[in-house]
Parts: sequence; C-alpha cells; structure tokens
Amino acid sequence: MDDKLIIGGHAFTSRLFTGTGKFAARNWIPKMLAASGSEMITVALRRIDQAGTPENILEFIPKDVVLLPNTSGARTAEEAVRIARIAKAAGCGRFIKIEVITDMKYLMPDNAETLKATEILAKEDFIVLPYVLPDLPLAKKLEDAGAAAVMPLGAPIGSNRGLETKPLIALLIENCRVPVVVDAGIGRPSQAAEAMEMGADAVLVNTAIATAEDPALMGRAFALAVAAGRLGYLAKLAGQSVTARASSPLTGFLE
Amino acid sequence: MSFYSTLVRYRDFDFQDFFARVTEERVDRALSAEILSPDDFLVLLSPLAAASLERMAQKAHELTVQYFGRTIQLYIPLYISNFCANECVYCGFHRGNTIRRKKLSMAEIEAEAKTIAATGMRHLLLLTGEAPAVTPIDYLEEAVRLLKTYFASVSIEIFPMAEQDYRRLKEAGVDGLTLYQEAYDESRYALVHKAGPKADHRWRLDAPERGARAGFRVINIGPLLGLGEVRSEVFLSGLHARYLEDTFLQTEISLSLPRMNPAEGDYQPDFFADDRTFVQFLTALRCFLPRAGLNISTRERAVFRDNLIRLGATRFSAGSCTGVGGYGEEKADAGSPQFEITDERSVAEVVEAIRAAGYQPVYKDWDMI
Repeated sequence: MDDKLIIGGHAFTSRLFTGTGKFAARNWIPKMLAASGSEMITVALRRIDQAGTPENILEFIPKDVVLLPNTSGARTAEEAVRIARIAKAAGCGRFIKIEVITDMKYLMPDNAETLKATEILAKEDFIVLPYVLPDLPLAKKLEDAGAAAVMPLGAPIGSNRGLETKPLIALLIENCRVPVVVDAGIGRPSQAAEAMEMGADAVLVNTAIATAEDPALMGRAFALAVAAGRLGYLAKLAGQSVTARASSPLTGFLE
Repeated sequence: MSFYSTLVRYRDFDFQDFFARVTEERVDRALSAEILSPDDFLVLLSPLAAASLERMAQKAHELTVQYFGRTIQLYIPLYISNFCANECVYCGFHRGNTIRRKKLSMAEIEAEAKTIAATGMRHLLLLTGEAPAVTPIDYLEEAVRLLKTYFASVSIEIFPMAEQDYRRLKEAGVDGLTLYQEAYDESRYALVHKAGPKADHRWRLDAPERGARAGFRVINIGPLLGLGEVRSEVFLSGLHARYLEDTFLQTEISLSLPRMNPAEGDYQPDFFADDRTFVQFLTALRCFLPRAGLNISTRERAVFRDNLIRLGATRFSAGSCTGVGGYGEEKADAGSPQFEITDERSVAEVVEAIRAAGYQPVYKDWDMI
C-alpha cells in the first residue's frame, strides 16, 4: 500500500519524526535512527557548533535522514527568522521547525510570534513547520501564510503526559489542508498510536526515546506504534459508544 | 515589586520551630506532591527529611532526566581582574589583602581566550572583583566583544549593576548573569561584608531582577554556604529562584550552591553543610524547581562532583583557574586566586568522567541570535 506522507515535496515512508536532544551519548542517535526507521530528525541550531568542537552533532546523523533544524532558544519572530537563515546558510537544508518560546517555566510556544515568523520564512523558500498550541483559527492562518504542516503539542515539552490536548488537535486534523504532526508530550508508544489512530499525519518524539534506558529499542517501539496507529486509522476504526448496544433493540418491533 | 518583600516576610520566621514540627507523614506528602509549595520545599530541607534522602535522590534523578536528559552542560571561568573595593571577610580579593593584583589587557584576555578555546570549551563565565574604577563598563564591554569572537556564550559574574549598564553588556554579547546573594539573612550579610559597595544587601538582591529586565537569557543565583544558617539560606535562594521564574517567564533561572570548606583558607565559616546535607539541598531544590539549571563548580571534589551527575546537577565548570591570567603559560605572573579549587582535573578528564557516568557532555548550547 502506498501511504507516503508528503511534506514540502518530500515523501516520507516513516511517520515517526525524532529529535537529537537529551541522549546520554550522541552515538545513540544513529543507532536509534537505524532501529526506528525515522526519516526526519530535528536538531537545535544552538547545539550545532560550526567552530568545530570535539563532537559535531551533525556527524551523527546519516545523510539519508532529512534534517529538521529548529529555532529553539528564539524568544521572538525576529530571532527565529535569524536562526532559520543561519541554519540554511550552514547547509542544514530547507526544512525549518519554528519554535518560539517565551515561557521558560512550562515551555509553551508563543503562537503570535510563531505566525509572524512563518509569514516571513515561507516567502523565503523554507519548508516551514511551526510548533504551536493547537488553535484552529491560528492553524488556518499558518496554512494561508504558507506553512508546510502544523505541529500542535500534545502536552508540554518533555512532560510525557500524552494527548492532553486531544479534542483541540482533532479540530486541526478535521480542518487542516496541510499535514498535522503531533509534537511534544508523547511519553509512550501507546500515546503515539492514539495520535495516529485519530488521524494525525505523523508524530515527533524526542524525550521519551532519548531518555529511555535503550533509546534504539524505544525508537523501534515507537515506530511500530506509529505504523499500527496509522493502519488503524486507514482501516477505519469501528465506532465507539459509552453505553452497551442491545442486541434486541427496544424499537425492534417497529421493523 | 521585588523579591525583598518575600524576604521580609521570613525575617522573623522561626525555622527551628518549623523543623521541630515536621513529621514523617509530612515528608511523604512533600515528596509525592507534583508541584511543591514553599512549605513542601522547607519540609524537604528539614533534618528529619534526611532519613528519606534516597527517595529524594530518586525523584530528583527522574525529574532531571525528564527535563534535561542525560546531559551535563560545560562552562569555564575566566578572571580578568582581582582588584576589589570590598572587605568581604571570606574572600581572597578582600581589599585589605596584600595579594598580587592584576587586570588583564585586551591582548592578555585574547591570549587566555585562545588557550581556553583550545580545550574545546564554548561557554565562558567572565569574572572580576568589584572595582568599577579599575574595570569600568567600557573595559568590560570591550572584553566581552573580544571574547564573543572565541566563545558561543559569554556570561558575567561581576558586581551588581544598574539596568542600563546590564543592557550595554547584553548588547555587547553577554547572555547570562551570575550573581550570588552570598547571604540572604541581612544581619549575617552585614557581618561578613564589612565595607565597600557590596555592603549594600538590597542593591545586590535586586540585581537579578534588573538583569532579567535588561534581557539576559539566563540568570544564575545562589547563597554562599557557610555565611548564614544553611537550611534557611537554601530555602530563601529557592524562593528567590521561583520568584524570578514566575516574574520573568522569558528568563531561564538556575542555581549554584557554592560551599565553603572550613578546612581551607583563613576564614572559618560559622556554618557548614556536610556532603549528605549538601545532597539533601541539591535534591530538594530539584524537586521544588524541576526545570532550573543546577551548577556545580570545581570548589567540590572530583569524586563528589561525579556522583552529583545523577542527583540533579545540570552544569559543570571544568579545567577552572580562579587566578587572573592563569590559563596562559606564565603562571608565575598570574594574579592571586579568589578561592582554592578542589577539582583540578583538565577539561578532557572531566568530560571523560561525565561520559563514564553515562552522560553526554554538552560544550555548546547557545548562539547569540
């Protein structure tokens, strides 16, 4: 079955996107990528050292994996735009995850600044993936501004709480023309499967994989969960009901 | 508004009475709280909570891995002047001390920068004594601009400044401010800061707020353990951190727990936190402030530091020299150090120890943007 995810003209077979932060050692990254089959990985530009420190993070990412540089550290749209341009100039490709965070306590994204940065960068030949709080009117504005996907959070970054924003994400899935990638908060494979079952186009998982005892094994677990959830969605889940359905309906005599 | 109003509320608080009332059940409740109240935090700092140290350590470890992963950020200090107008009874830079005073020229700073950069270190902490006449803002600004050509991040640990001066240094490239209150207790503070501008407790206390308003990305605070009663000092520094987190959402707040060792130096501190108590403080801080950075300097012993990697620490200094001009080859010419360092390992040795603990040493986590 051909079920590729297309973002910015790129076709992805795996719907699991991963991240480079929080690993106990950077050599876990290639092992995790191989085990999970993830084809896109996000990396904070602020962690990339062009001055050549002992361990350049980019050396740990195989060439066939798409880089998704992110603007972590940006407090304003202007800073995010500057980081994006530096990333492109440094040879990190056209993809950019816009992450503008003005709340260092809970790490909530600043939707207003994110929209501004999207408007600017989409006009500059970037493939823009904005990280946002799930907000339907905002998501539509991001689409209009040229975002290649929207990335709503399931729960605060690193919280492992799962799909706390599920009803709001459902609105995005129902109404957005661009792919919806659930980013942040997914703490276990079953939660990733849940996001895919409800129709998310992909999920991005970092903390839950990077901080597992065995990140490669956990990467594989997430890959299977994402694939299972996706198949469940495509196969059309049977409807659910909170009450039992009587096999001898009360109104059966009317038939 | 200022944290001072919070400090005033605790001025007559009877800490010993509070600790005397803590029960095991109360410790359990504090340990199981997801968001700790100030009272929960104080319970974890109590002598009775020491009996639950292993559980506190487990929780601190779990929270740290969740929010920071298995990583330790590295930084290195650079002292560019040890001239000082203060009389702090515990400090090597005390103006009455006949030590070798030195202020580095720009050429000397550049030579130090080159030596440090060759170790791979990318985050620098710039320090001076408090002598604005010798090291005026123009000098500091020039030094920062120079250092920014060698380092991804430059933080300052100098004297408290007015907001507009902080703004100038931020414009020059400084992204972090470290400023220790030393003693939150005003009477203890007055006892050890005999004369000079540092005698002004309130000017210092409000400096992190001025720094946050000036737009520094990271503010690092802390008490100097030994000057005041340690449990209440750690408690007040934790409240200070939370006040800053709540007031300045855009600013990352971190803490250090520099500790005086009575076995070293001429000054005999009145208070002391032993290793077990230090670990209790560190883990209690992590439970109270899950996202705060926790720095451990080379004041602490190598073996002890290595064990703190799994107990909530997130940042380590390494390869440190606390003398002025101490990284270059002509060590004999260096200005006298502020305090004796205990962990004398090289950057490479510290990095190896971090790796051996199953953690990733992070050299660079910032770019001026």
